[in-house]
Amino acid sequence: MALQTKITRNSGFRLFLQSVIGRAYPRIIGTQRDLAWLFFDIFLPFISMVAYVFIYRALKAPEEYIGFVVLGSAMTAYWLNILWAMSSQLYWEKETGNLALYVISPASMMAILFGMASGGLFATTVRALFILIIGNWLFQVSYTITSFWALFLVFILTMVALYGLGMMLSSLFLLFNREAWHTANLLQAPVMLFSGFYFPVKVFNFWIAAAASLIPLTLGMDAIRQLVFPSGALLGFLTVKVELIVLAVLSVVFLAGAYFTLRWMEKLAIRYGRITDRLG
Amino acid sequence: MRASAWLGWKIESNWTDPLIFAIYSIIRPISTAAILIVMYLVIRGGEFSKPDFVNMYVGNAFFILVGAAIQGVSFGILDDREHYRTLKYIYIAPIRVPVYLIGRSLGSILVAVFSVLITLVFGALFLKMPIVFSEINWGLLTTASFLGLLAMISLGIVLGSWTLIIKNNAWSLGESLGAGLLIFSGAVFPLNVLPMPLQWIGNALPISYWLALIRRALVPEIGRTYPMYTDYSDARLILILLGFTLIYALIAVLVFKRFDFIARERGNIDMVSNY
Repeated sequence: MALQTKITRNSGFRLFLQSVIGRAYPRIIGTQRDLAWLFFDIFLPFISMVAYVFIYRALKAPEEYIGFVVLGSAMTAYWLNILWAMSSQLYWEKETGNLALYVISPASMMAILFGMASGGLFATTVRALFILIIGNWLFQVSYTITSFWALFLVFILTMVALYGLGMMLSSLFLLFNREAWHTANLLQAPVMLFSGFYFPVKVFNFWIAAAASLIPLTLGMDAIRQLVFPSGALLGFLTVKVELIVLAVLSVVFLAGAYFTLRWMEKLAIRYGRITDRLG
Repeated sequence: MRASAWLGWKIESNWTDPLIFAIYSIIRPISTAAILIVMYLVIRGGEFSKPDFVNMYVGNAFFILVGAAIQGVSFGILDDREHYRTLKYIYIAPIRVPVYLIGRSLGSILVAVFSVLITLVFGALFLKMPIVFSEINWGLLTTASFLGLLAMISLGIVLGSWTLIIKNNAWSLGESLGAGLLIFSGAVFPLNVLPMPLQWIGNALPISYWLALIRRALVPEIGRTYPMYTDYSDARLILILLGFTLIYALIAVLVFKRFDFIARERGNIDMVSNY
C-alpha cells in the first residue's frame, strides 16, 4: 500500500509566521552548526574593544569610560549586523539569485524581512552578550542599575527601531549595485562616531546629537548609559523618558517605512526588471 | 603587476563617479580619526598641539595604510573568488599568483595613501597640529615608508594565504586583525600601556618600528618624545625594520606556498561559498 503524505498549504497569518520562522531558522541554527563564528564574531571584535580600552587607559580616563567602551563594543555587533546582514542582505540575495525566488514564492516579503531581523537579532544578541561578559570580566566594569524595567524597555524599543531601520534599508539597498558594499562600509565609521559608541553623545552640540538620534542606537545607548552607570545621568543627552518616547516613534516610523519602501521597490522591480539584474 | 594594480585601482574607484568617490575617500578616514579626537577631547580637553595627541594622531593616520595593505590581498582573493568568480582563471593564466595579488592590493593602498594625506591635512589645518612641511625629514620618511610597505604587504600575503582556505567569515578577518595590530603596534598608545607579555608581540612587529620612524620623520621633535624606542637611533630603527621586513617576506613566501598547496588539494580555488 503506497504511503500518502498529506501536504497542507498555509495561507494568511499562518503562512506569514511560517515564512518568518523559515527565514529566521538559518540565522539561528547556522550559529550552532558553524562554530567558527565564536572566533570571527566574538574574539576578533573583542580585539577592537581592547584597543579602545587601552586608548582610554593611555589617556588616564575615569574607569566608567572603560564601561562605555565595553557597552559600545557590544552594541557595535548590532550595528554591524544591521549594515551587513540586514541592509545589504537583499542585495546579496539578488547577487546570488535568491531574491527572485523569494519574490515568486507565496511568502510575503515583509515576512522574509521580519525573519531576517528576528534571526539576526537573536544571533547578534548571543554575540553581544559574549562580548559584554568577557569585557566585564577582563576589565572589571561595575554597573549600578537604577531601573531594570526601564532598561528592558529601552533595549526592546532600541532593537525594534533599529531592525525596522535595517528592514527599510534592505529595500533601499536594492537600488544599488556595487555601491551597496561601499555604502555599508561608509556608514560604519561615521555612525560609530556620531552615535557615541565610545563616549557620551552629549559632547556634540544639540543639533548634531539630535540628527544622530535618527539612528536608534544613539538614544538607546545614551539611555542605557544613564540607567547603568552612576555618572550616566550627568552625561545624558535627553532624559530617559524623552528618549523612550522618541525610540517608540522611531520604531513605528521605521517599520512603516520598511513596508512602504518594500512596496515601492517591488513596483520598480516589476517595471524595470531590477530583481534579476546582476550588474557586478 | 602593472595590469593587476590597474585592475585593483579600477575595482576600488570606478563603482561611482569621481566626486562621490572623493567624498567617500574623505569621510571614512576622517570619521575614524574623529573618534580618537573626540575621545581625547572628552578626557583631556581640546589642546590638539600637545605632543601626546600629535603622536597619537600621526600614528592613527598612517595606520590606515596597515589596514589597506593587509586587507588588500585577502579582499582581492575573496572578490575574485566569490564575487567576480575569476580566481580560477587567474590561476590557470601564465602569471605568478602572488605577484598578481600584490598588484591587486596596490589599488586599495593607493586609496589609503590618499586617506592618510587627507587626515594629515585635516589635522594641520583644522586642529592646528604642528606639522611643518619644511621640517619633514623626507629621506627618513621615504626609506621608512618603502620598508614598512614591504613588511605590510608581506603581512597581507600571510593573511591572504589563509583566506585561500577559509570558506566563511573571511570578510571580517582583515579588519579584525588590523584592530589587533592597532593594539600591538603602538599606533595610538605606547606599548608600555600593555602588560609585559603583550609588549613582546608589539616588539616583534615591523609596524611598531615603522610608525616610530614615521613620527620622527614627520614631526621630528615631537616624534622623538613618544615613549617607544627613545634610546634607539634612526639608523638602528631602520636596520631593525629592514631585518623584520626580510623575515616577514620569507614567512609570507613559505605561508603562501603551504596554503596555496592546501587550497589546490581541497579545491578551494574555484569554490564559491555564497557566504
